[in-house]
Amino acid sequence: MTLYRNLTIKQKQIVWAWAFLALPVLFYTIIRFYPTGTAFVISFQNWNLLGSRTWAGLENYRELWNDPVFWKVFKNTFAYLLIGTPVSLVLSFIIAYHLDKLRFMHSFLRMLYFLPFMTSAVAMAWVWRWFYQGVPIGLFNNILASFGIAQIEFLNSTTNALPAVLAPAIWAGLGFQVIIFMAGLRAIPTSYYEAAKIDGVGWATVLTQITLPLLKPTMVFIVVFSSIGFLRIFDHVFNMTTNNPGGPLNATKPLVLMIYDTAFNGFNMGYAAAQTVVLFTILLVVSLIQLRLLRSE
Amino acid sequence: MRHHLKGIALAGLTSVAALFSSAANAVEIEYWQYFFDARVEAMETLIENFEAANPDITVKMTHFPYADYRTKVAAAIPAGEGPDVVQLFYGWLNDYKEAELIQPLPAETFPPATIDEEFFPMVAAMKEGDNYWALPTAVRSLALFYNTRLFDEAGVESPPETLDELIEVAKKLTKFDGAGNITQVGITAGMTAQDHHWFREVLVRQMGGDPYQDDYKTVSYNTEAGQKALDFYMSLVKEHKVSAFLFMDEPQAAFKAGRAGMHIDGSFRIGSLENTRGLKWGVAELPAGPDGTKSNYSSYWVNAITTKAEGEKYDASVKFMQYITSDEAMQIWLDTVGELPAKPSVGMTEANASNEVFGPFIRGLAYAHTTKFANESAQRQVLMDMVSRVDIEGQSSADSIAAAAAEEQKILDDYYAE
Repeated sequence: MTLYRNLTIKQKQIVWAWAFLALPVLFYTIIRFYPTGTAFVISFQNWNLLGSRTWAGLENYRELWNDPVFWKVFKNTFAYLLIGTPVSLVLSFIIAYHLDKLRFMHSFLRMLYFLPFMTSAVAMAWVWRWFYQGVPIGLFNNILASFGIAQIEFLNSTTNALPAVLAPAIWAGLGFQVIIFMAGLRAIPTSYYEAAKIDGVGWATVLTQITLPLLKPTMVFIVVFSSIGFLRIFDHVFNMTTNNPGGPLNATKPLVLMIYDTAFNGFNMGYAAAQTVVLFTILLVVSLIQLRLLRSE
Repeated sequence: MRHHLKGIALAGLTSVAALFSSAANAVEIEYWQYFFDARVEAMETLIENFEAANPDITVKMTHFPYADYRTKVAAAIPAGEGPDVVQLFYGWLNDYKEAELIQPLPAETFPPATIDEEFFPMVAAMKEGDNYWALPTAVRSLALFYNTRLFDEAGVESPPETLDELIEVAKKLTKFDGAGNITQVGITAGMTAQDHHWFREVLVRQMGGDPYQDDYKTVSYNTEAGQKALDFYMSLVKEHKVSAFLFMDEPQAAFKAGRAGMHIDGSFRIGSLENTRGLKWGVAELPAGPDGTKSNYSSYWVNAITTKAEGEKYDASVKFMQYITSDEAMQIWLDTVGELPAKPSVGMTEANASNEVFGPFIRGLAYAHTTKFANESAQRQVLMDMVSRVDIEGQSSADSIAAAAAEEQKILDDYYAE
């Protein structure tokens, strides 16, 4: 006790700060860091969840490097990222930009755009999965058939399946991004627009010289946020292809689905952990690059 | 008065003694299975009957959602918690044995020679060395479901008995729209459901092949027979146009919706079809091959004694195992769950074998094979990809089956190398 009494006020404040910080620190150590560390350790081991763990060295990583499925999955994961992020960014900006100018039924329309974000991904994926079926049950193909147009294989195709799975995922996230963009648009001081009006500048110049530059922080946030989302895409793919997970011929399989399959169907925990470490590294690198872009602001 | 007191004291003592002795005799064992309504209900009946016959043993049943099952068992047994008798999928036996989670059944009570004789032949997969390690109460097999309304409509009188008849009948049942798109399939197709079992253990054998050798450690369907089997399977969609892959998303959905004339599925589908309103259906044995060969695939869940059970709990567990693999238990399981008895003595009774619904499945057991999977979902994936390559990418069936055999061999090699 005397020890505490002898401390300066500054030091006492530090002691108290740490006392309050102890809980979240403990929480993060036990719930986050410890399992993460264990995953790293398991990635160097062989473990089928039942028996004892045996050391495997770099074998899991070597197997991953030589696994053609992994490279296919790696490509898919980046396809989700590189198609999903720009498309959703552009779409959500266009919607937000026009919605912002609209007064008539503004709140109602905003609600309609936000609704998919609140819907469960599983339910949504199943409904879209049925939309994509052929005749007699698929919505899109029934429409095509009624105009006498040939059927399109949406999901049972190695070229169409990935965009078909990605579309509802983009649609689901759109509402959130629209709201963020609208908040960003509202935050731009109106005096800039008034000045532009006085100078008689056209709308294209206003857009490229005022709106877009001032929206940059908003856009960086949305890019970081949606990139992480697309890199971790799982529920939409899994639910739209449950019978042939990530299929056909691994055309839609993202990394997370491969991890799930290796761990909980193959019970090959070491190999799955190695894949997790790779995913972790990808997420880390992508986030670091994007944070750097943010800092240059 | 004194005598009276003495009497009371004596009576008290004896009752206390009785209390202790019964407590010492009472053994409680734990039984674990995954949660499925009818299975839990059947097991409750079995436990009740068992406890009535063995008043000094109580059985406590715990069940989990299927998804958590393996993890929970694996975590509990080494910790000395968990079940004394556990239910597991036959394909997991090897993993559980290697991990020393289960122990062999005692040969005195479960003599291998008697079991070989009394159970359907595919149960022999549970024998390793001089002992059986686990035994099923019930088994499952495949059969051909057919929609009787569509049969009547098309003027088909009886279900097909051979593969040639299958195609002829399917042709009569298939319908197209004006643009030539299929709106009703003659027979469902898709490796995603049970067709991969039909291909492996039935079609390949019927074309004169042997899908695996060396106790399912070597893939051997990359032969002329295997190619013939694949060609036949693809011809349903490509040549004869009596089916479409993934028609209505899932084969069983198409059949349930009355949009499929025939559908190959397991006995576990009976329950959900029975509850489908407006669907009239029948069951037939799988069609025989060109030379009359009949084959079938059987899978099952087994019960085993864990390494946690020791001493009197072990004895009680053995007794419990004896009861749940008895004829009586199998009949109760059939009546409650609709899963087939694992012994001909129960399955082949007049009433069961000629049952309209169960009969074809039970008759199929006599010639059924059980694939020893290293990783069922991965091995299923191989066959799905094999069909996709021919269907979507236009690969030749010879190349596709060769690639599939190589892929599956790699899965088996990796698994058995550990």
